[in-house]
Amino acid sequence: MSQDAVIEATGLTKSYGAATAVDHISFSVGRGEIFGLLGPNGAGKTTTILMLLGLTDISAGAVRVLGFNPAREPLSVKRRVGYLPDTVGFYDNLTAADNLRYTARLIGFRSAEREKRIAEALDRVGLADNADKRVSTFSRGMRQRLGLAEILMKGAQIAILDEPTSGLDPHATSELLGIIRGFKSEGVTVLLSSHLLERVQSVCDRVALFSVGRIALMGSVAELGREVLGGGYVVDIEADGAGLAERLAIIPGVSSVDKTGIGKLRLHADRDVRPEAAAEVVAMQGRLKYLGVQEPSLEAIYTRYFEGKPQEAMQEGTRHAA
Amino acid sequence: MQREGSAFSGLGVVMLKELSDHLTSWRMVIMEWLVVLTAVGVVYTGIQQIREVSAEDPFLLLRLFTRAREGLPSLVSVLSFLVPLVAIGIGFDSVNSERNQRTLSRILAQPIYRDALLFGKFLAGIVTLTIMLVALWLMVVGLGILMLGIPPGAEEVARATAMLGVTIIYAGIWLALALLFSIVFRSATTAALAALGLWLFLTMIWPMLSPYVAALFVSDTVSSSSDLLNQLDLIQSFARLSPGTLYGEIVGVLLDPTIRSTQQPLLASLGLVLLQPGSIPGAPLPLLQSLLIVWPQTVAMIAAVIMLFVIGYVTFQRQEVRA
Repeated sequence: MSQDAVIEATGLTKSYGAATAVDHISFSVGRGEIFGLLGPNGAGKTTTILMLLGLTDISAGAVRVLGFNPAREPLSVKRRVGYLPDTVGFYDNLTAADNLRYTARLIGFRSAEREKRIAEALDRVGLADNADKRVSTFSRGMRQRLGLAEILMKGAQIAILDEPTSGLDPHATSELLGIIRGFKSEGVTVLLSSHLLERVQSVCDRVALFSVGRIALMGSVAELGREVLGGGYVVDIEADGAGLAERLAIIPGVSSVDKTGIGKLRLHADRDVRPEAAAEVVAMQGRLKYLGVQEPSLEAIYTRYFEGKPQEAMQEGTRHAA
Repeated sequence: MQREGSAFSGLGVVMLKELSDHLTSWRMVIMEWLVVLTAVGVVYTGIQQIREVSAEDPFLLLRLFTRAREGLPSLVSVLSFLVPLVAIGIGFDSVNSERNQRTLSRILAQPIYRDALLFGKFLAGIVTLTIMLVALWLMVVGLGILMLGIPPGAEEVARATAMLGVTIIYAGIWLALALLFSIVFRSATTAALAALGLWLFLTMIWPMLSPYVAALFVSDTVSSSSDLLNQLDLIQSFARLSPGTLYGEIVGVLLDPTIRSTQQPLLASLGLVLLQPGSIPGAPLPLLQSLLIVWPQTVAMIAAVIMLFVIGYVTFQRQEVRA
């Protein structure tokens, strides 16, 4: 797609015997982008990731990662790409720093550089104080952060994160997402997969929604929202004043006004009508308590998309049965 | 098309890490003490026996390995029993523990091939076993020299060293088997039980069972001495499917210069004596001749190590990384 694509997959397919886990998917990820592979468990996200890393064979199609073919040049790919597996594991009997030292030796860093990189990476993810503690004492969130430290230490150009936030409490999740945003600011491309749509929505530049081995939708969240939910804006307003609904309805661009509660109204419009709505309330000398526009949520997009495709949902059912 | 880079990059790193894991683990410490204490105990009691019986023996040092006090097993039989146990103990969870700790995909995402991981684990196991066996060997020889007060001859030392080498290969068979099971079975417990089960079968049950299996292929009539030898050959071939039997044969010949054929102990148990033209019964063979006798058995053991490792290697290469 773009000139600067670091991951390019075309017609990527993985089948196990008769079952197809990933079915002719094509996508490309640009440099410095945060790209989300979203979808329910078993939709083919992890299999796609493993194919990108050359950790599983590709049945059909082609993929280039930083210009390398992962099936033929896995070492070149794996030297430049960091991977955080789904529920990452470390050697429990070793300390956090020793775990990273082992990886650093496998990568082939010299000892002085190794120590410097490890110290920096642990500091970045906030584990510097726990460097010499055994990983067996670590919480799940700390393990995930240690996994990110490994990617930082590696100096990876692409970070592939499989379900980085699953099983984390909200605080740990926001910490983790903060580190992931940090990747982007350093020009590291991030590919992350998740089944928790609303959590990752905030960090992804573009997303691909997976469904039974295919990419159902791809684009930025706003684009998808326009495409699936219909280009409309939804504005919620809470104010008092008689006849407000009627006055709001005649604002140009507003298609409907619904009463959602006492003093609460919801406007459907083809543009952002917040300024006009506020002006109307003030003109009526009403008191404006709340005025907000709904961002399109991935959850809504996803649900709406599959509601609109009953035949596909049926297909999903039969495939799972098979 | 050839894959890029070396299959062995990272091999040394994996090996050193596994080696330090082995040497610092409690499991290892327990097994080492088990072997060392048993062996030293056996040798110590054996020495008392040797001092009483065979002061005139020219191969006194070798008797340390093969003789034992009445009712106790000799050092060689203790080794043939304990070495598999230790090798299985080292290897049974080498690959499946990486899966269960979920470290496998993270390690394989580093710029190494799977080959390096497997080779490294196997080599680390062999080095660990070698360290243990060499220490044990030195202890036995040192104890023997101290307590018997007779310095060993060059040939005795050479024979004892050859025996050490064969013991390491024997350990390699069981290590490769344990590694294979650790690849095939996702659960470490299952792998350990399967390996121990096979070990029990091969060392306990198969030696009892194999003559009956062989009898199915043997004709009832024995008309000449060559017929008898052929029959013995067949019976032995079946018995040799057990690595313990193979090991016992090799070590028996290496440590007793008077044994001229691996069939000799079997013939002796039938009350027969093997007479070879131009040889004096009971006279010691030179080392090279003894080595020649057991060379086929030794090659068979090495082949078993390679075969088991290759089966494991191919299985591992074909496995999916994800759990």
